Amino acid sequence: MSGVRAAKSLLALREQEELEDLPNDYPLSTSEDEGDGGGERKHQKLLEAISSLDGKNRRKLAERSEASLKVSEFTVSSEGSGERLVLSDLLEPVKTSSSLATVKKQLNRVKSKKTVELPLNKEEVERIHREVAFNKTSQTLSKWDPIVQKNRQAEQLVFPLMKEQSAFAPIEHVLNGWKARTPLEQEIFNLLCKNKQPVTDPLLTPVEKASLKAMSLEEAKMRRAELQRARALQSYYEARARREKKIKSKKYHRVLKKGKAKKALQEFENLRKTNPAAALEELEKLEKARMMERMSLKHQNSGKWAKSKAIMAKYDLEARQAMQDQLARNKELTQKVQVASESEEEEGGEEEEGDLLVPDAVNEAHMTADGPNPWMVRNHSGDAKEAEIQKDPEQLPEPMANEASESEEEERPVAEEEILLKEFEERRSLRKKSGLNQDAKPVSRQETKADSSTQEVLSELRALSQKLNKDSHQCRKQNVGSARTVLSVQREEPAGEEEEPPLLQRPERAQTLEELEELSKEGCFQNEELPRPALEEQQLERNNQPSAPKKKTKEQMIDLQNILTTKSPSVKSLAVPTIEELEDEQEREQKQMIKEAFAGDDVIRDFLKEKREAVEASKPKDVDLTLPGWGEWGGVGLKPSAKKRRRFLIKAPEGPPRKDKNLPNVIINEKRNIQAAAHQVRVLPYPFTHHQQFERTIQTPIGSTWNTQRAFQKLTTPKVVTKPGHIIKPIKAEDVGYRSSSRSDLSVIQRNPKQLSIRHKKQLKKN
Amino acid sequence: VGRMETAPKPGRDIPPKKDKLPTKKKRPRRYWEEETTPTAAAASPGPSPNKKRNRELRPQKPKNTHIPKKSRVSKKPQIVKKPRERRDAEPPRSLSGAQDPFPGPAPVSVEVAQKFRRIDKSKKLPHSKSKTRSRLEVAEAEEEEISVKAARSELLLAEEPGFLEGEDGEDTAKIRQADIVEAVDIASAAKHFDLNLRQFGPYRLNYSQTGRHLAFGGRRGHVAALDWVTKKLMCEINVMEAVRDIRFLHSEALLAVAQNRWLHIYDNQGIELHCIRRCDRVTRLEFLPFHFLLATSSETGFLTYLDVSVGKIVAALNARAGRLDVMTQNPYNAVIHLGHSNGTVSLWSPAMKEPLAKILCHRGGVRAVAVDSTGTYMATSGLDHQLKTFDLRGTFQPLSARTLPQGAGHLAFSQRGLLAAGMGDVVNIWTGQGKASPPSLEKPYLTHRLSGHVHGLQFCPFEDVLGVGHSGGITSMLVPGAAEPNFDGLESNPYRSRKQRQEWEVKALLEKVPAELICLDPRALAEVDVISLEQAKKERIERLGYDPESKAPFQPKPKLKGRSSTASLVKRKRKVMDEEHRDKVRQSLEQQPQKQEKAAKPMGARPSALDRFVR
Repeated sequence: MSGVRAAKSLLALREQEELEDLPNDYPLSTSEDEGDGGGERKHQKLLEAISSLDGKNRRKLAERSEASLKVSEFTVSSEGSGERLVLSDLLEPVKTSSSLATVKKQLNRVKSKKTVELPLNKEEVERIHREVAFNKTSQTLSKWDPIVQKNRQAEQLVFPLMKEQSAFAPIEHVLNGWKARTPLEQEIFNLLCKNKQPVTDPLLTPVEKASLKAMSLEEAKMRRAELQRARALQSYYEARARREKKIKSKKYHRVLKKGKAKKALQEFENLRKTNPAAALEELEKLEKARMMERMSLKHQNSGKWAKSKAIMAKYDLEARQAMQDQLARNKELTQKVQVASESEEEEGGEEEEGDLLVPDAVNEAHMTADGPNPWMVRNHSGDAKEAEIQKDPEQLPEPMANEASESEEEERPVAEEEILLKEFEERRSLRKKSGLNQDAKPVSRQETKADSSTQEVLSELRALSQKLNKDSHQCRKQNVGSARTVLSVQREEPAGEEEEPPLLQRPERAQTLEELEELSKEGCFQNEELPRPALEEQQLERNNQPSAPKKKTKEQMIDLQNILTTKSPSVKSLAVPTIEELEDEQEREQKQMIKEAFAGDDVIRDFLKEKREAVEASKPKDVDLTLPGWGEWGGVGLKPSAKKRRRFLIKAPEGPPRKDKNLPNVIINEKRNIQAAAHQVRVLPYPFTHHQQFERTIQTPIGSTWNTQRAFQKLTTPKVVTKPGHIIKPIKAEDVGYRSSSRSDLSVIQRNPKQLSIRHKKQLKKN
Repeated sequence: VGRMETAPKPGRDIPPKKDKLPTKKKRPRRYWEEETTPTAAAASPGPSPNKKRNRELRPQKPKNTHIPKKSRVSKKPQIVKKPRERRDAEPPRSLSGAQDPFPGPAPVSVEVAQKFRRIDKSKKLPHSKSKTRSRLEVAEAEEEEISVKAARSELLLAEEPGFLEGEDGEDTAKIRQADIVEAVDIASAAKHFDLNLRQFGPYRLNYSQTGRHLAFGGRRGHVAALDWVTKKLMCEINVMEAVRDIRFLHSEALLAVAQNRWLHIYDNQGIELHCIRRCDRVTRLEFLPFHFLLATSSETGFLTYLDVSVGKIVAALNARAGRLDVMTQNPYNAVIHLGHSNGTVSLWSPAMKEPLAKILCHRGGVRAVAVDSTGTYMATSGLDHQLKTFDLRGTFQPLSARTLPQGAGHLAFSQRGLLAAGMGDVVNIWTGQGKASPPSLEKPYLTHRLSGHVHGLQFCPFEDVLGVGHSGGITSMLVPGAAEPNFDGLESNPYRSRKQRQEWEVKALLEKVPAELICLDPRALAEVDVISLEQAKKERIERLGYDPESKAPFQPKPKLKGRSSTASLVKRKRKVMDEEHRDKVRQSLEQQPQKQEKAAKPMGARPSALDRFVR
């Protein structure tokens, strides 16, 4: 029955569907006409029933569509229904059961999963793999860098690098071939045999060997056990540390800190009792911390953190507290550790002050040992030096007290620090002076410099006085005399100069180099022929000119006249050379003087001329590109215009200043010595970028002529030494202490693409 | 040794020098001696007043002149004392229980080590990369270590120079040769002698490199060579021609004689080996021992360099200054100094056709030139009767000058910087204050009158002896403190045997310095040829079309949101350029005062590779 009913209803459904599919205005078949009205209603109901299935009473507009080919066997088509059937709906039983909820959840999860994205194309993947592999490889290879660096910088490499262990030959083998030959040997041999000592073959008796072996095994076991224990302990410790590190409680940390401080103090007390030296060391550490603090000013509320806190301090009590803590710490750190000798009477107070201050036992030790306390050390050395200084008669006033009371000094070092420091300063300066006196060379050089400068000044003075009093001879003489007195004071000149007036008067005519040059430029050297007034005019002119620039040039230039006519004092020799014709000596001398004077004038002029020529010759030449006759009239006697010449003149760049620019009496050849340059280095070797750097490394001669034998050997050691007959193997990782070879690392990477770095993952995503 | 670079190498088959003037020598203080000697000496009995001078020279001289010297030396014991104190703190004991009284390496004073330093650290280097810096550090450390080693080995130079000191206010110049001879021991006294050779005119003389042999040639043809210490005559000939100059070549076995027409070379038996006709009318000879060059100056105005190791003329330079008869060499850099009649001294090297430098020294002609062994000072005398000393370190300026009554015709420097001048028939010797100081011409150290006019002067190397050739023969004077007391046994050993000499000859020939390396600054070899370097760089840039070492020009990064407009790009470029320019200006401003300082101070004495020319 029920089966028939179901079939009927299904049939009805089919009919409805068909009806629905048909257009409304489509003429229905006559056979179904009668059940038209009732069918309509039924269909409505069915629709409502279906739509109410998911609880939402929603009406969907029926879509018009073609008759579908995909008609299920139950004549139900999915199209047009507009409702989606969820899988879980189908699974839902009539009555809800809790056991299916999990399945539903799983289904939901599956549903929420996104689709798998397309894999990257092959090239890109390969590229990324390559890059990663490269990075990894270079990383593994960079392990070798220090070794390579070391070998490169080594002064000498001896190959083979690892010393081969000498072939182990047990002594028994060596002794096998040995026989007692000499009587003494035989005697000893006999003795050994008598006492049943192992002579040749086994050096150790078998029992001994066995015991040795056993020992070694035991040892090995013990060692292993120890190692295991250590490893376990370490892991425990690490775990604990990790755990403790994660604790964020401030209180906990505060308590911890306090406990630590207490413990340290306790330890120190103990140490002091048991081992004062170690305690002293601890103390030094404290002192060092203090010094560091003093140097760094770390806790003076000046850091970034402190500044930020300072802003907050107004409102935040905690911040204020932190700042104060820091300041307290600074104070504590910078507080000087009291030295007992200084404060023997303050001992009571010291105890009151408590933990941080130092017990006196420590201080005593400090006093006796030559500790690193700078003040103490200085005291000591100062004493030593004083003892030396005492010998000096000059140093009397200072050390009178110190000498008497060395012990006192040690008791009150702070009070005398300053005195000592002063003394050191003085002594240093004294030593410097004495050093200066000893090497007279620099001093003398300075003197000569000063001398030359004074000479210049004096020459100027003289020149001025001459200009002013040219005509009045007496006056001039006086003036010159006065100048000369200065001169004589300066140079301690004996009174031999008056004997040679012609020599002296020469320079007064052509006073300065400029004058001389000017005159010689005019072509004729008319110093003597020049009429007096004209000369005077010239000089007046020069006097009227602002003399500053002239003076400046003079300072730079060393006056040639001065050089050649320095009034050198004559030697008062004990043994005056005998001269043949003594009778007309005076006359002859005069004549020669005059002759020499005239010759000298020529000498100077010629030299200046020569120098000018040399300077001209060494100057780079201008290039004149003017072609006469182009763009203007040409012909004999016609010159191209100045404008044109200027236009086509290529000026040569001015070379570097000549070495003899300020040395009027010298011509230094500026030409390059090509033959010598051929021997010089002309290429900079690799790591050097500037020739001065390289020059510095080749300054020291390496020949045995200039060095001691040892130094010579050291300088000429070959960089690489190979031993003949030895195979030089490539360096191994095991030799330098590496376990894993680089290849295994690589293979790991390539097999595990998961190990891609973040960057590469990003890159992948982007692609 | 001043700046002599040769590291001291004593103790190698050198017999102890007994025949130095021991009386003039201060006994070296040993470490086991305490400083009690002066007081003990002061207690010794005073001598009679009439023997004052002689007492001066006695070895046990017990006077107060000594005491300041001691006090000057007293720095030494202080240095020694320090390690002793250290030893007291922790006495290292050996197995035998014996203690090393001087543990650790011997102390080296900084000044001595400074003498052997070559790197001038005051010079600023351009910024260097780390790799370069490490190389530089290695070089500097090496140099320091080596200098310390050299300084330490200087401890082995046991001999000390002699000296002559007057009692307070006494002038040493008044001490006559006879007094000195009377005071010194017999061996030293034997070094003072006169050879009376009036027949063959004024003599020129020359000592060999080792100072053992003496050759002299009279103007009338008399040529002789002898071992002057033992007075053993090697040869004596008459060349039947005027002899202008005579000189030993690298060893005492060869002798160059400048005769009237040509240059002749004889061996030590007087056999003529060569007649060099390309060197004619030679007036003066100089031998450069490290280059094996014989320099000859001729009447015709040519300076000729003859390489005696291969017998070739290296260079013949025309000085264009007429007759050349004043010549000397600078032992420091092997440059030849020629004096001319126009008052100039010109400096020559065989590599250059023109003089390296010309110095105007005198108003009259130059009569004599001498250069001291460190190449620092040059002494000249001219027709204007002046004697001047010049500084040769770059500036060529006169340091001191003095007018002599008759002018000096001959000048000579000793190894330790004493200056001797021959004026007529008188020889004056001046000495400097310190070791490396120029001779102060204030008052002479010694004077001596000869029997004839001076014609040749030379200090004997390694002996406190001055040889004077004059018209009456040869005089060998004693000059305490003239010579270097310690000799290098491998370089110039006065006691060498024939075998040793041959050995040395081979080595010296192997180490021969090429002639073209002679220049004013012998350290130039340790410099890079900057001009060629730059030329090569320029060529490379031309070849490549760009400068591979130059920094890439600044290229502004493109920016978004319209900020990458042309104007802003240009602006940014401009900014960077200006910043660079500012940097440059700043740098140049910083350098300016440095430059001025540099210009102000004179060139310091730099130790040099060719310091070994120092004899």
